[in-house]
Amino acid sequence: MADVSLSQVRKSFGSAEVIKGVDIDISDGEFVVFVGPSGCGKSTLLRMIAGLEDITSGTLEIDGRVVNDVQPKDRGIAMVFQTYAIFPHMSVRENVAFGLTIAGVSRDEKERKVNEAARILQMEHLLDRRPSQLSGGQRQRVAIGRAIVRDPAVFLFDEPLSNLDAALRMDMRMEIGKLHNQLGATMIYVTHDQVEAMTLADKIVVLRDGVVQQIGAPMELYHKPANLFVAGFIGSPSMNFMDVEVLEAAGDGVTVKAPALDPVKLHVDEQTYAAHSKAKLGLRPQYLSVPDDASKGTLHGTVALVERLGTETVVNVELTRGGRIVAALSEDKPLDIGSEIALDFDPAKAHLFAEP
Amino acid sequence: MASKLTTSNAAGWAFALPGFGLICLFIVVPFFLAFALSLTNQRLISPNPTEYVGFANYKSLLSLAVITLEPERDEDGEIVRDEDGTPEYPRVRTITRNPDFPEYRGMREWFRWHSGDNARVVVASDVVFMKALVNTLTFALVIAPGQGGLALLLALLINQRLRGINIFRTIYFMPVVVSIVVVSLLWRFIYDGNDGLLNNLLSGLTFGLFEPIDWLGRTDTALGSIIAMSIWQAVGFHMVIWLAGLQTISPTLYEVAQIEGASKWQTFRYVTWPGLRNTAVLVLIVITMQAFALFAQIDVMTNGGPLDSTQTLVFQAVERGYGKQDISGGSTISVVLFLIVLTISLVQRYLTRERS
Repeated sequence: MADVSLSQVRKSFGSAEVIKGVDIDISDGEFVVFVGPSGCGKSTLLRMIAGLEDITSGTLEIDGRVVNDVQPKDRGIAMVFQTYAIFPHMSVRENVAFGLTIAGVSRDEKERKVNEAARILQMEHLLDRRPSQLSGGQRQRVAIGRAIVRDPAVFLFDEPLSNLDAALRMDMRMEIGKLHNQLGATMIYVTHDQVEAMTLADKIVVLRDGVVQQIGAPMELYHKPANLFVAGFIGSPSMNFMDVEVLEAAGDGVTVKAPALDPVKLHVDEQTYAAHSKAKLGLRPQYLSVPDDASKGTLHGTVALVERLGTETVVNVELTRGGRIVAALSEDKPLDIGSEIALDFDPAKAHLFAEP
Repeated sequence: MASKLTTSNAAGWAFALPGFGLICLFIVVPFFLAFALSLTNQRLISPNPTEYVGFANYKSLLSLAVITLEPERDEDGEIVRDEDGTPEYPRVRTITRNPDFPEYRGMREWFRWHSGDNARVVVASDVVFMKALVNTLTFALVIAPGQGGLALLLALLINQRLRGINIFRTIYFMPVVVSIVVVSLLWRFIYDGNDGLLNNLLSGLTFGLFEPIDWLGRTDTALGSIIAMSIWQAVGFHMVIWLAGLQTISPTLYEVAQIEGASKWQTFRYVTWPGLRNTAVLVLIVITMQAFALFAQIDVMTNGGPLDSTQTLVFQAVERGYGKQDISGGSTISVVLFLIVLTISLVQRYLTRERS
């Protein structure tokens, strides 16, 4: 068991800097998810922790020991890859035991550890099969098994579920969650899927262009996004943004207005806005509602597109006074395209971001 | 069921005809003709009509026998010995030309060994063919692992990201694109006994201690010289095939090995080599085929000499069919060669089959 700490970690490929000074502290037993769009450097960061990529500058500590120049095998890590990376010519048993074979562990010891891993992952019946006889989910299970037998202090997962179909992904997600509870090891998990991030993580690290945007618990990121990027990235459908003008800033309240929006007073934790400055108003689609009285409501427009998902209805609204907004209404609501609609929101649940 | 192919595709067949016709004329017909001619006494040009002779050609080609010779004894029953003390034996021709032993007629000594005081002499009706057979097998046995292994080694070396690696790839591949006849002529100069490059090089490296050798003019070095030169000439081709195989191995598998702390040898043993299975089968079979077809080097460099020490099956087939105008004899050798290569290919395929 170990904590992992990155301080001012940087990585350059030639003249291109892809990781630009990252500080992350991961405590022992934590499940941390690195999330971000493609090319944000999350996989590179994970590979640097694994030791597959050099660290250009900064320090990486695992269990209080600086491991920048330590070989991957001596870092106490195990890694699970997106493409499973299991050996097609070996049986499941041999695959799971691969690390032990390399380390020259005795036959009995190997047998015991493989059976233990197989029991944890409930794949005892698969041990004598060949990878070609396994489904995608089973292959990933083998790869996880290979990681478990190493008995690592830190598990690294590089988008382990991306090659699986939706139903399997959900099963495996739960399995990984269970595994974390069972083993209590530190786990670092890279994904671009925010559902995986939200459901699995104790702590999410949002990355963009090699820079950490925010680190926090899933709900902290959801309710208190630090910036526009995090606000837009976390949550589905993503948050609506509206350009607003600050009319008045006093005490812990800010009054804003936009062409499509009548003046509304919002609560802010920290007063950083000046009157007549520009800002962005963020409204989560889930927090928009249709008022009982259509003449009320703060936003008015016509329905442009309706997606009925059963549990919710996603409506794309063309606002009368310019702009578009997406609302996710929490019930199945048949709406006609082109019909008039009024939307309302609770100012307490709106977010305000200063113009960058 | 009549398919469209057989009923109404005259145009398609017409397009296929030229190629198909040429294949028939130059490959299929000669193949069966060789079988047919090997059962006759056909000559290239002869006033006599061709006759069916059954398996007489095969008999005169393949007949082998072992004759036990007892040492000559004097009146007292003592073994007659020469000055060195080695026993003297009656000449083999006293048996092969003896009307009492018609089964040995026309046979000549191939080689002999001693058991006790007796000498056992292997006689063959076609000693040149036997030498050609042994030379060809030796050539194939040395060249298959030698060339295949060296090609793999080169492929591993050039399968790296290094500056200027393409220069090495080009250098190693260059001999392949040069005609084998030209290469053979050049190597005749290299191997020259008086002022050859190799002799000069060796005497230069040993400060004149090295006695020049007529590499192609000695029975003990001629075949070895041709083997060395043949390996050099075609190694680049097989290197490219290995390289193609190497690049199909997923880089993630190497990363797994790296994380597990596999040594270079373990990585090769568990990742690279199993990933090259199919390539290995291909390379092995292609090299074996090419080895059995050895002709041009012999024809240009040694003409089968000295003392038949570089005779090969294909060289003999051509020599007999066209040099001696004995078409049926040449055909017989071709058929024997075909059967040998077929057997070896089947055995190789069986030994390297996918075990599941």
